[in-house]
Amino acid sequence: MPKRTDIKSILVLGSGPIVIGQACEFDYSGTQACRALRREGYRVVLVNSNPATIMTDPEFADATYIEPLDRDTVAAIIAQERPDALLPTVGGQTALNLAVALDEAGVLEKHGIETLGASVRSVRLGEDRLLFKQAMQEVGVEVLLSGIAKSIDEARAVAAPFGYPVVIRPSFTLGGTGGGIAFNKDDFEAIVRRGLTLSPVHEILIEESVLGWKEFELEVMRDAADTFVVVCSIENLDPMGVHTGDSITVAPQMTLSDIEYQAMRDDAKKVIRAVGVATGGSNIQFAVHPKTGRRIVIEMNPRVSRSSALASKATGFPIAKIAALLAVGYRLDEIPNDITKKTPAAFEPTLDYVVVKIPRFTFEKFPGADTTLGVQMKSVGEVMALGRTFAESFGKAVRSLETGRTGWIDAPSASPPAPPKADALRVPRPDRIFAVLAALRGGTPVATVADVTGIDPWFLDRFQEVIAVEREVRAAGRRALGDADLLRRAKRSGFSDPDLALLTGSAVADARAARTRHGVTPVFNRVDTCAAEFESRTPYLYSCYETEDEADPSDREKVIVLGSGPNRIGQGLEFDYCCVHAAEAITQAGYESVMINCNPETVSTDYDTSDRLYFEPLTLEDVLAVVEREKPKGVLVQFGGQTPLKLAKALEAAGVPILGTSPDAIDRAEDRERFGELLRDVNLQAPPWGVARDVAEGLKVGRQLGFPLLVRPSYVLGGRAMRIAYDEDTLEAVLEEAIAAFPDRPVLIDRFLEDAYELDVDALGDGEHVVVAGVMQHIEEAGIHSGDSYAVLPPYRRVPRAALGEIRQATAKLGQALEVVGLMNVQFAIRGGELFVLEVNPRASRTVPFVAKSTGVPFARLAARLCLGETLPGIGLTEEPPVLGFSIKAPVFPFRRFEGVDTILGPEMRSTGEVMGRDRSFGLAFLKAALGAGIRLPEKGNAFLSVHDGDKDALLPLARELDSLGFRLLATAGTAKALARGGLTAKTVLKVNEGRPNIVDLLINGSVDLIVNTPLGRESFYDEVSIRRTALDRDVPCLTTLSAASAALEAIRARAAGALTYAPLQEEVRV
Amino acid sequence: MSGAVLILEDGRTFSGRAVGAPGTTFGEVVFNTGLTGYQETLTDPSYRGQIVVMTAAHVGNYGLNDEDVESSRIQVAGFAARHFPDRFSSARGKEPIGQGLGEGGVVGIDELDARALVRHLRSRGVMRGAISTQTASEADVTALVEKVKEQPTMAGAALALTVGTTTRYGFALPPGIARKGRVAAIDYGIKRNILRMLAARGLEPTVFPAAATAEELLAGRFDGYFLSNGPGDPDALSSCVAEVKRLVESGVPVFGICLGQQLLGLALGGTTYKLKFGHRGANHPVKNIQTGRVAITSQNHGFSVAADSLPSNVELTHVNLNDGTCEGFRTTDRPVFAVQYHPESAPGPHDSGALFDEFVSLVERGEAR
Repeated sequence: MPKRTDIKSILVLGSGPIVIGQACEFDYSGTQACRALRREGYRVVLVNSNPATIMTDPEFADATYIEPLDRDTVAAIIAQERPDALLPTVGGQTALNLAVALDEAGVLEKHGIETLGASVRSVRLGEDRLLFKQAMQEVGVEVLLSGIAKSIDEARAVAAPFGYPVVIRPSFTLGGTGGGIAFNKDDFEAIVRRGLTLSPVHEILIEESVLGWKEFELEVMRDAADTFVVVCSIENLDPMGVHTGDSITVAPQMTLSDIEYQAMRDDAKKVIRAVGVATGGSNIQFAVHPKTGRRIVIEMNPRVSRSSALASKATGFPIAKIAALLAVGYRLDEIPNDITKKTPAAFEPTLDYVVVKIPRFTFEKFPGADTTLGVQMKSVGEVMALGRTFAESFGKAVRSLETGRTGWIDAPSASPPAPPKADALRVPRPDRIFAVLAALRGGTPVATVADVTGIDPWFLDRFQEVIAVEREVRAAGRRALGDADLLRRAKRSGFSDPDLALLTGSAVADARAARTRHGVTPVFNRVDTCAAEFESRTPYLYSCYETEDEADPSDREKVIVLGSGPNRIGQGLEFDYCCVHAAEAITQAGYESVMINCNPETVSTDYDTSDRLYFEPLTLEDVLAVVEREKPKGVLVQFGGQTPLKLAKALEAAGVPILGTSPDAIDRAEDRERFGELLRDVNLQAPPWGVARDVAEGLKVGRQLGFPLLVRPSYVLGGRAMRIAYDEDTLEAVLEEAIAAFPDRPVLIDRFLEDAYELDVDALGDGEHVVVAGVMQHIEEAGIHSGDSYAVLPPYRRVPRAALGEIRQATAKLGQALEVVGLMNVQFAIRGGELFVLEVNPRASRTVPFVAKSTGVPFARLAARLCLGETLPGIGLTEEPPVLGFSIKAPVFPFRRFEGVDTILGPEMRSTGEVMGRDRSFGLAFLKAALGAGIRLPEKGNAFLSVHDGDKDALLPLARELDSLGFRLLATAGTAKALARGGLTAKTVLKVNEGRPNIVDLLINGSVDLIVNTPLGRESFYDEVSIRRTALDRDVPCLTTLSAASAALEAIRARAAGALTYAPLQEEVRV
Repeated sequence: MSGAVLILEDGRTFSGRAVGAPGTTFGEVVFNTGLTGYQETLTDPSYRGQIVVMTAAHVGNYGLNDEDVESSRIQVAGFAARHFPDRFSSARGKEPIGQGLGEGGVVGIDELDARALVRHLRSRGVMRGAISTQTASEADVTALVEKVKEQPTMAGAALALTVGTTTRYGFALPPGIARKGRVAAIDYGIKRNILRMLAARGLEPTVFPAAATAEELLAGRFDGYFLSNGPGDPDALSSCVAEVKRLVESGVPVFGICLGQQLLGLALGGTTYKLKFGHRGANHPVKNIQTGRVAITSQNHGFSVAADSLPSNVELTHVNLNDGTCEGFRTTDRPVFAVQYHPESAPGPHDSGALFDEFVSLVERGEAR
């Protein structure tokens, strides 16, 4: 059936900010869907609060709303746009939940909107475990023994027959938030209580445990003619019990026989039909008992998911795009396979390589968080690698992680390694796989490791084969470098050059030279969906140590973009956005764009984003291999964050032309001594600073500078290990931490500017001129990482015009001095009218997409053109673009995932994503930004105030305003006294350690609607942590700085004054 | 590790590791893109005379067991893949694949660049070749290429007369299944799962040798005739075609799979031809022209019926969406139908089992008449 002509416009819902469990993969899926639907001639209306996405670029939709993804906002946009249909299946659980909410509120019915892909009924079936169970039983698919409970008593009754362990899952939460496995009665009661609270419908599912069973996923598609295909099978290396997002996974599945696999496929077909997904993709998870083979369907997601992104990248089958086309009536056999161009999309991809995905964790950002992996996802990103065998792929995946490991081999550490925990094998933690390798190396038999870990022996046997090669190389030592056969076997087992260097006790360069001399060099194979049965027309490539190269580069001039690798806190979607823009600019400039990246969740790793895609680790070795094959005009390193920047010097040394700002200029900005000289040259000042290489030196520098101090390692993004020290004891601890985190990098120590406010500037340079793209003011005072601050464009208060002029001049001077070609970002602080330069980063920054969306100017793309040799006047960018109204960027945090972790912000970045609020006034923009970030500011109610002494005077006007808006004031004794002095009455509330009922009791009882709580110091730390945690768990807005409180008040006032309006990006005059 | 080479008749050589039996084996080198089901492939009689290259990265992961067999022995002439693991993991598995190949006397090779080999076959077409563990020198290789060229080609090979049963035998219905009819299954190299699927539906098969005459078959007064899959060139089986023609004319329902379809095609007056590199795998889309639904199918054939050669009383029912080749037809004037692909799967997706049900209804209708 050809496409439907009865619908003209389609509303697409995005997934909002990046959070754990919902990341870049939904930019990939939304972008593909929007592009496909527009190409088919539909009017696409898009709502997504996340400005860092490619999908919210104005060309991907006819009307793009960067607005909060809540029911009322979307309902208002629907009333305004009157779309014919809604596509809720490409925006993750957020979009599905929103579709259900819109349906329940009668919005869809009122406007006659049809849901495409999955119906609201299918969404409910997929999510509601009881309905799902019934549906499965009706079609004869086995499910877990389970029961639903809405109270602790019901829970006990349901669980009684299952014994321990037993699994608890709250209904309707993202990525399993709030769930857990209980091994005893106490665990059980605690997890049940938490689950009942966190579930929006206060309902939990209790299941028999399948802990230790094998886990599989099938990515399936179905069209309107009921044609069904499995796009990809995925096997989790970590058995059941670890969330699939936190598991190492392998595609295609490795250990099922055809009989077992086809039975699973039959089940999947029944599941998608029973759930009623009329068209599109679904993800279906299975558990298989390793001995009996008993197979159970665990869950199904009637939508594009993280696993479908992985499956798309793993196979070359673009699930999201095809799902969108199926949704508008096409059938699978009517859609061509993009890779072969000749065969249709109605087929099942087959792989002649192995794909390994490894999750990336950032527990170091959340001290105190439990690193045990369970049914609740905790990783923030992932890498994928392709190799001709499991071993080759696994080695590549490990080195893609950028966690300091060179691949298979543990780098010798300066400090003696911490002894492995006794339960390192049994308990799944992020680094369990390395404990597994260590155990196998130490001679623990495969059967024992398999028994303790639940990892299928097939994988362990492959590890054993790798370890055998490793032993041979280690035993041969430097002689191995003369043994071509051994080198080839090692490379075919996935060992990196640095691995070989460590094993043979030689320099990396020697290892590389030796293998090259012996002709042991990689070739590139194509990802072609069909195991070479048909010719591939699409250069989507991976390296391996086979014999025939299929890269087949053209003789056109090429430019390589280095991507940003796995998502992590501090380096995520924003940089992928920049890389995608760079690729577009390269193509538009008439070159061939070549992308290298290893993150399967991204738009950059779509084979049609660039002319040529290399799915490869971002290490020197792997990048050089591509460079040698493609022989590009140059490489762009400034768009992908620190990952490519770290390679810049070595690439340059290897003779690779770096386009844009020179690696030396990058170094001048990063190296503190050279940066000091730079500032002196241009007559600007930084806060007093020093550099230390060890703790003693650090303490000396600290004493000279005077407290408080800001301490951080050099060459890191996201404020990793960055801390503020108010005294010598803290300084010592902080120095130790920084040196332990990055032993080979000097520690930077700055005088910390208290009570300063910060501004962030993005600018572009062409080597001669500099044009400011945007000046953003942080709402929070200095000391909170810029990535975790609310940022306002343009600056909203307190910044004198003269200071702004000074900032623009300073930016220009710095850019000119560094001869910046491309993007740069400068962070300034103003204290008492004095301007300080905190940092200069001659590269793409996290705020580039935000500034682009606020101004309508695609700065990343323009910057790439500058890198390719154009000038600012040449591209028509000669002055800072105006901003209409206000745009505010709000951070989003993963604290819910990490129980007990304090939510207070500091210089180390901890947010995973961001949203943007835009409107004509600051207050309305803030209201939208907060709402987008999930903070529903109350219009009235009880406001609890508790601030430190220094804030007490400044609190008064805010309290007065709260009072005048009709809020009832609650305060701790000290704060209440201060308010009384100002003539305000506040009801006194006990602190946690003062007796009951205290503030936490009030919070739990729902008697507090807003909290203003600024840090009071160490003595009341416990009190504050419990207030902030409880507020978080109960969804009560908690403002921890007075400036944030003041901004929030302005928003509340603006809300009271008038209704919110929504305008698409495409409307030029919108405010 | 001892070495082995895979040599093609055009001289292209791939080196790797010897797996299975030592020695030298000859055959037509073909590739199979299925990800699972290597044991069914190994034991599928249609692979007789062929060296099968599996495209999957690791083959042998769950070992070999006693159940996943399609005939009583390993049938392939040689077996190749990028990696045959020495150790397997499966509760059902009995022995590693290398050991099974060795016991079956089959020469195998892994650690070779199987993708390069497949690309070569895809662009040049399948051809004769050899796997040898006995070629130490260049001279050995040259000599082996010459020997490869002396081997018979698949075109013209009447293999189907040699692989199946030599005596007729019965195949019992499973317990609890009521008999809906008796069918004669002609064994040109029949896969066991076909018999299982017939029996599971109440059609009790009696298996006949490929050389069985129509007279003998019709004398049994069966309710239906099933023409099985099998190896080799259908054009070389003129005697079989003649017998099939008589079965068709009898008016009793006839169902053919794979070689069975090709023999029916020839019997009905059509022609067959050799495909460049055949269809072997578990992911080929086949469209049912009437329902519009696409089935993902299990395939194993090197020859095909030329759709445009069929007379007007034959209706095309299934088409391969990758290359438009004929995947199924039926006669409009008789209860005769056939498919080129493998609705019995084993290995492959279970999308097409309904074809056996169709045979059942034809048989039941025939009885009613």
